[in-house]
Amino acid sequence: MAASDPQERAFAGVEELEAALDAAGYLADEGLATAVFLALELRRPLFLEGEAGVGKTEVAKALSTVTGGELLRLQCYEGIGLAQAAYEWDYARQLLHLRATEATGGSARQAEDELYSERFLVRRPLLLALEERSGPVPVLLVDEVDRADDEFEAFLLEILSEWAVSIPELGTIRAARPPVVVLTSNRTRDVHDALKRRCLYHWVDHPAFEREVEILRRRAPGVGEALARQVAAAAGRLRRLGLYKPPGVAEAIDWAGAVVALGRSELDPKTATVTLGAVLKYQEDQERARAAGLETLIDAAVEGGG
Amino acid sequence: MEAEAELERLVVALATALRAAGVVVPVGAVIAFARAIGALAPTEPAGLYWAGRATLICHREDLEAYDAVFAGLFGSLPPPRLPAARPRLVTVAAAGEGAVPGADAAGARLGAYSHSERLWQEDFARYGEREWDEAKLLIDRLRAPLQLRSSRRLKRARRPGRVDLARTVRQALAHDGEALLSSYLVGGERPRRLVFLLDISGSMKPYARAFLRLAHAATAARGPRQVETFVLGTRLTRLTRPLSERDPDEAFEAIGRTAPDWYGGTRLGDGLAAFNSGFGARGVARGAIVVFVSDGWERGDPALLGSEMARLARLAHRVVWVNPHQASPGYEPLAAGMAAALPHVDDFVAGHSLGSLEELIELLGQPARVVAGGRGGSRVAIR
Repeated sequence: MAASDPQERAFAGVEELEAALDAAGYLADEGLATAVFLALELRRPLFLEGEAGVGKTEVAKALSTVTGGELLRLQCYEGIGLAQAAYEWDYARQLLHLRATEATGGSARQAEDELYSERFLVRRPLLLALEERSGPVPVLLVDEVDRADDEFEAFLLEILSEWAVSIPELGTIRAARPPVVVLTSNRTRDVHDALKRRCLYHWVDHPAFEREVEILRRRAPGVGEALARQVAAAAGRLRRLGLYKPPGVAEAIDWAGAVVALGRSELDPKTATVTLGAVLKYQEDQERARAAGLETLIDAAVEGGG
Repeated sequence: MEAEAELERLVVALATALRAAGVVVPVGAVIAFARAIGALAPTEPAGLYWAGRATLICHREDLEAYDAVFAGLFGSLPPPRLPAARPRLVTVAAAGEGAVPGADAAGARLGAYSHSERLWQEDFARYGEREWDEAKLLIDRLRAPLQLRSSRRLKRARRPGRVDLARTVRQALAHDGEALLSSYLVGGERPRRLVFLLDISGSMKPYARAFLRLAHAATAARGPRQVETFVLGTRLTRLTRPLSERDPDEAFEAIGRTAPDWYGGTRLGDGLAAFNSGFGARGVARGAIVVFVSDGWERGDPALLGSEMARLARLAHRVVWVNPHQASPGYEPLAAGMAAALPHVDDFVAGHSLGSLEELIELLGQPARVVAGGRGGSRVAIR
């Protein structure tokens, strides 16, 4: 268990972790903090699902700050495989080495052992996460795992169960201490149950009004209390319009930043109209917001809060 | 020890109640829950609530059931921060037992199928139970063909593409260090996803079960990640998970538990908007072949249906509209919804009988065509 390891920072309870994440700039609610605490304590990967822009990736970053473990990020995409995720041989250098061996009179057979040595191994995030190291264990972020395909999921499941990668030419690399793992998904498709079952699951929702105000105050430089409240309220109302892409926290932060960049300290309908592109990124959504009466919406948000 | 035993009972009670509510809870999840409680040592229901949520649940769709079960056991939700109090333990009746009304009674009787032309051409609306019992087994055998799209995952080839360096090194070793450039990698292919959107309004009643059955056959054949199914009633319900039960009867029973609002009114535009903004935008429809089954009777605003169809058409590779009433003699797509949707449809076909289902399946294997006045404005006539 984490508490028994002198190299790890242990947290006495959920509240302590919540405070530490807070200090690292991430405001987690009780549910998320509990899930993160359990992930550290039970050494289980944490599977975070939610709309784009609710701050899933930020959790891993904050966790890296809090634990002091290096952040290793693996961005998934369709077609990602072992070579991009775990390891690859540096083939170009291998060929060169082979040539050089030949030129100096050595035989290819001699060169073979050298070719598949650590020297020519290119380490990718998954392998790096499992390798022995001093200090805190790294935080492995497997971002947008829903974009990868089934073959990769199966491979990931194997690694997350065994905490090992086997390289046929070198042998198995097994983690003495498993890394902290955070997987995120935007739910473009359902990730396989077997993989989710390996993990603790948490659905990340848009933050509640007061929490979003706090986040804006922290994350958007130069944003005052009044503007933060207005932007959070307006973003909350925009989310209820049934848009194609409802604004996430990331967009709200951008929006507040855009208002500040224009030298304004308040969100009035006119400012909102000219900065709408920071928060709504589809033409249809902007249309819909205008059709729904953007000015009234902003006025109501400014007056009524969340 | 007393407390531990109680905790154990509590864990099991929660898991049992969740299972009774239709949530899949494997033993591994229960063990994880017990360990989580051990690590957390919760003194209030809130800790228990979040620990259970993180370990027992792994689908957002199940969160509602979890909340209901938790509230049923502990009497409140969301759990307020309370002073340390022992959660009350409530006995949960194992629901669902013996509640399966003659599930397999129908399947057993049927031995031979009749391939009679009459059954093949008969409108689903004129089916009796006997015909349906026969037809559903025939639908089970209809297999949607694969359509491929190019993929970023590379595969080996002899024809020149990107040099496969890994193999080149191995070959060089085998040939005394002589590097022969003869191994290549080229772009691979992946099957396109198939998405069924089924209108389950009252006017679609005679046809909905046939298409659900068809969707099940496709899901069983290709797996739930290749085939997605949604029904549009007064709201949008995703049926992909229940339909991934291999046995059709079990799948339909599972659908019953998700309780879509069968055969009420439908606002297609709103339902489609919900699909587009949710699953569609997140990628379910992206590059997919979408089969939209509806008679196009829109109770809401046809303009909304039109604009949502346009969005769907932009997301999807191909949109096939199946209208069971299309086969009626003298049918013209006059329903306002149908007229608004048609310009954004690639194929417009009938779907009233087994024969027309077979034609639909055949069509899905062919490249996209364009209907008159539809996408691209070609002159191809409506089937």
